[in-house]
Amino acid sequence: MADVSNFGVKPISCHAFNHDRSQLALSLNDNDVQIYKKSGKKWDLIHTLSEHTLKVTGIDWAPKTNRIVTCGADRNAYVWQLTDGVWVQELVILRINRAATCVKWSPEEDKFAVGSSSRMISICYFESDNNWWVSKHIKKPIRSTIVTLDWHPNNILLAAGCCDYKAYVFSAYIKEINAKPGATVWGKKMNFGNIMQEVVMPCTGWVHGVSFSPSGNRLAMVSHGSIVSVVTGGAELVGLRTEHLPFNDCIWITENSFVAAGHDCNPMLFTVDGGCTKVDFSCKLDQPPKAGGGGRAVSAMNMFKMMDKKGAVETGGKEIDTKHKNAITQLYAYGPNKFSSAGKDGNVIVWDAKSLESSIAGLRIA
Amino acid sequence: MSTTLRPYLNAVRATLNAAMCLENFNSQVVERHVKPEVEVKTSKELLLTPVVVARNEKEKVLIESSINSMRISIAVKQADEIEQILCQKFMRFMMMRAENFIVLRRKPYPGYDISFLITNIHTEQMLKHKLVDFVIHFMEEIDKEISEMKLSVNARARICAEEFLKRF
Repeated sequence: MADVSNFGVKPISCHAFNHDRSQLALSLNDNDVQIYKKSGKKWDLIHTLSEHTLKVTGIDWAPKTNRIVTCGADRNAYVWQLTDGVWVQELVILRINRAATCVKWSPEEDKFAVGSSSRMISICYFESDNNWWVSKHIKKPIRSTIVTLDWHPNNILLAAGCCDYKAYVFSAYIKEINAKPGATVWGKKMNFGNIMQEVVMPCTGWVHGVSFSPSGNRLAMVSHGSIVSVVTGGAELVGLRTEHLPFNDCIWITENSFVAAGHDCNPMLFTVDGGCTKVDFSCKLDQPPKAGGGGRAVSAMNMFKMMDKKGAVETGGKEIDTKHKNAITQLYAYGPNKFSSAGKDGNVIVWDAKSLESSIAGLRIA
Repeated sequence: MSTTLRPYLNAVRATLNAAMCLENFNSQVVERHVKPEVEVKTSKELLLTPVVVARNEKEKVLIESSINSMRISIAVKQADEIEQILCQKFMRFMMMRAENFIVLRRKPYPGYDISFLITNIHTEQMLKHKLVDFVIHFMEEIDKEISEMKLSVNARARICAEEFLKRF
């Protein structure tokens, strides 16, 4: 139902799985990227990629071409390729002068997008004439740091969440490598850098997470005002103000339901109705185990322990009863009906939505 | 605990819980730097609206938050001159040892007695609910501590005066 793996006490700033989910790349809030291989229940460290000179801020693993792209606060991005059992990096010329914050491969893996604190997005692609990765910039209306990115399944459109309280849908059509795209609900005119839609959040708040639905017609956003919102291409934004702490990331499970997670340490399921007129809170996916008998005995033991330790009768205060003990920083699409979450507590948890559906009464994921 | 203290602390706790949602954020202004945005205030869009929670005119808490850091400034009750002196000395004692307290700021925000600066690094190293508990516990204890010190200063003064006046 939920598969917990711990990687120490340091926060996990970003993580990504390979195509068959047997390997995991993650950064423990430092300059290195570590690659773990699954053996039974355990994860074994097999490679350490150390090329960045400051914190790694983004990792993405391309499933088909088996390439890893990483970006960091040192303003660089590297594309890593496995040759003869060693990961070899290639520098990407990003032409940014502040930290890179996030990176995502496009669905066809011919280009990737890097968001940065220098108020622009670099769309990078491989130029075979010069044999290096070059980038094109989307700068125009962006007024602050880009913190999150997501690609539309058609390989052309790119959603970006920004600290200027807005989310954008851009066209990242590069005529050198892409065929001419067909029209989508987001519009027809797809010159490079064209804004297809600009979404202003219902209350001021940094947009922490954006995600396209599997069909690409809907975009879910979470912002710091604890608001989850969904917009369909060309339509008005539909938002829901929640009572929870702000969310950091969101991800669609099906066309009508998505998961948002953040500072409440608990992934939460939201549903959208067919016409996309309303967003509803469905449930928390991390349900605490039922309190069994014998609670009293434990608390009596705790009482004496506390008297011994602190000289006061105090039963330890309240502990967090979720699986993540600190904020969730990132959600990753693990597979059909599955997603993984990484947190500041050093845990990566793989959640299976289908088996959650059977264990939580009243939960229907449609 | 008096009737107004409980709701006051509850309000502070709720505000701290909401304000302490911090994340790593690299400076937009200086390259290769990470700065607490609540202190440098270089980008207006990264700051949240400051909140003041006040129990009365003298006792209040100012909570300022930003994307990667927050500042909590506490004004402690000072009814008379002795309490003022005690509070000043006590805060000075602690702020001189600020690095041992980790989240303590070396100087209070003007108009307040003591300030804490909590950054995303602290919330990564420590559990967030424990940090909130710490601030609330501090607020609970500081009043008690100062009134206890005041009592002992007064008692000591009385003994001294008695001893001194025995001679006449």
